[in-house]
Amino acid sequence: MLSFEEQVIPLDGWITQFIDWLVDGYRWFFQIIKWPVELTLSSLDNGLLAIPPLLIILAFCLIAWRVSGLRLTIFSFAALTFIGLLGLWEDTMITLAMVFCSVIFCTIVGVPLGICAGRSDRFDALLRPCLDAMQTTPAFVYLVPIVMLFSVGNVAGVLATIVFALPPIIRLTSLGLRQVHPELVEAALAFGATNWQVLRKVQVPLALPTIMAGLNQTIMMALSMVVIAALIGAGGLGAPVVLGLNSLDIGLATIGGLAIVLMAIVLDRITQSMGTQKKN
Amino acid sequence: MVIFYGYGMEKIAVKNLYKIFGPDPEIALKLLEKGESKETIYEKNGLTVGVQNANFTVNRGEIFVVMGLSGSGKSTLVRLINRLIEPTSGEVLVDGEDVIKMNRAELVNFRRKKTGMVFQSFALMPHLSVLDNTCFGLELDGIAKGQRVERAMDALKQVGLDGWEKAYPEELSGGMQQRVGLARGLAVDPDIMLMDEAFSALDPLIRTEMQDELLKLQDRHERTIVFISHDLDEALRIGDKIAIMEGGRIVQVGTPEDILQNPADNYVRAFFRGVDPTGVISAGDIVRDNQPTVIWHTPEGSTRATLEMLNNLDREFAYVLDSEHRFFGIVSTDSLLDLLEREPGKTRIEAAFIQQGKPVQESECLQDILPLVASHSWPIPVVTEGNVYRGVVSKNRFLRTLYRAENDRQKI
Repeated sequence: MLSFEEQVIPLDGWITQFIDWLVDGYRWFFQIIKWPVELTLSSLDNGLLAIPPLLIILAFCLIAWRVSGLRLTIFSFAALTFIGLLGLWEDTMITLAMVFCSVIFCTIVGVPLGICAGRSDRFDALLRPCLDAMQTTPAFVYLVPIVMLFSVGNVAGVLATIVFALPPIIRLTSLGLRQVHPELVEAALAFGATNWQVLRKVQVPLALPTIMAGLNQTIMMALSMVVIAALIGAGGLGAPVVLGLNSLDIGLATIGGLAIVLMAIVLDRITQSMGTQKKN
Repeated sequence: MVIFYGYGMEKIAVKNLYKIFGPDPEIALKLLEKGESKETIYEKNGLTVGVQNANFTVNRGEIFVVMGLSGSGKSTLVRLINRLIEPTSGEVLVDGEDVIKMNRAELVNFRRKKTGMVFQSFALMPHLSVLDNTCFGLELDGIAKGQRVERAMDALKQVGLDGWEKAYPEELSGGMQQRVGLARGLAVDPDIMLMDEAFSALDPLIRTEMQDELLKLQDRHERTIVFISHDLDEALRIGDKIAIMEGGRIVQVGTPEDILQNPADNYVRAFFRGVDPTGVISAGDIVRDNQPTVIWHTPEGSTRATLEMLNNLDREFAYVLDSEHRFFGIVSTDSLLDLLEREPGKTRIEAAFIQQGKPVQESECLQDILPLVASHSWPIPVVTEGNVYRGVVSKNRFLRTLYRAENDRQKI
């Protein structure tokens, strides 16, 4: 008879053992992975904090002006100034650095993977379940191993964010490539394009709006990880929220949340306009 | 005629070419050899026979039209020539070199240098301007920017699109988009143009215009063109040779007249039902050189001699040619007598020319020459492009041709 009280697969124990074994024997390997992320993050962090707030606000306004128009420019100016007035400027810059850093690595890893998945059905079939797992596994599950392997702090926060925010850019890059009309690829081949030329001159340019939509999604998901990353000691706008939560300081948690929402709207509108920009 | 060394006039030779779609094409090849039909192979093995034992040659500078209904394998066939679809077996010789044996780099080079392609759906890059689209093939080939712009502008001018180079494809009408498609093909200056239903998506008026455009381009610079079409009028209009495909097989290859006059089977006949033969058969096809001719060599003295000759032969009309057999005029016994009566001293034969005695071009079709044949009593002279006399079309001959063609049609 099958009795679930006696017959249990000790998978939890195995996993613990596996992680312990990984931490004991291969921590050096994870430290190597950590190194480029750490370097990028600290330069972004230091850079953003060194620049006077007004310059950063102006830079945002300029970008908003270039990609969209007056409305977004005014909104960006107001939102960022308001965040500064809330006394959260420094936290915002740390969050921005973390978001940028994760998005950079998501793009570096995600776009090539998406291109491979877009061009090969087999690779796509292989990748799909991994992406599903990355998106559905609650972040809390992988926070512990990440802390064990990479210790606490901003870098661990960024790594957790990368795991969470990577899938959309891969998926949408792949989708974008698949949406390119096969006749255009055929035409390029007929005129003697190599595989690389097909990719560079036809598929990627035509998939660009979709890839940009993926980038936008990745940024949004990275922002939504800010609070969770704060649980493993990452700074930024998540910190006041977590602190407020722990000390039942509703006001502190709310202004942290408000700043996150404003940041999200500004980044979302800017990247969305980038994706739909006209060629003229 | 210029004879090219090595392989003569042959530009493309397709030999025993097969394409079978499906995971294990070898099985289908063996079954086809055993004489199994395409349908049974599909039912038993799930393999689709796309092209079956295609054999044909296309000569240099020829427009070769492949015609068939949809699903007859004609679009597959054209893609086998530049290996956009990988053939299952057979040979595609271009200038004597087998395209199927080429490696990747050779194939890319072959496509860049020797072929251009025009697609039914235009297949223009929506993110590129008209100029950049036209440059596309040249850019792939790594031609320097200045040179490729120059060549692209020239190609655009050839198709009548100069001034539109900054526009984007979506801003153009269908006809103009296909002109860009044509310019893109011309810009690489290929020996061979592959045109896959290039004009089928255009409305009839524009289609005819584009066909004329293609023939005009062909006049200026002879390319070897493989043209896929399902439109018979188009095939007859532009084709030097027509191949008719059915169910992956080529059932007949020949000149439009050949196919029209001797259709290989009912499938081919069915195609031509409803086609007016007077629009296909040309004056050159039925010309007969059976009339007395006079060579005009001195300004004087031939009038009486000609009259004498006609009386002796008991004929009414004589055709006057110059020493290089170029057509000059028609005289009749009446016009000669008239002249001698009126001005006995004047003996220049030109004065006896029948006023309306004009020749027709050998390429003109029966439809075009019908009014002339019907309204004049003399057989109508037929000349080549260089005005060289080839013979005449008489009323009798014209009517007999019509009668035969009509009979053939009724047999169908």
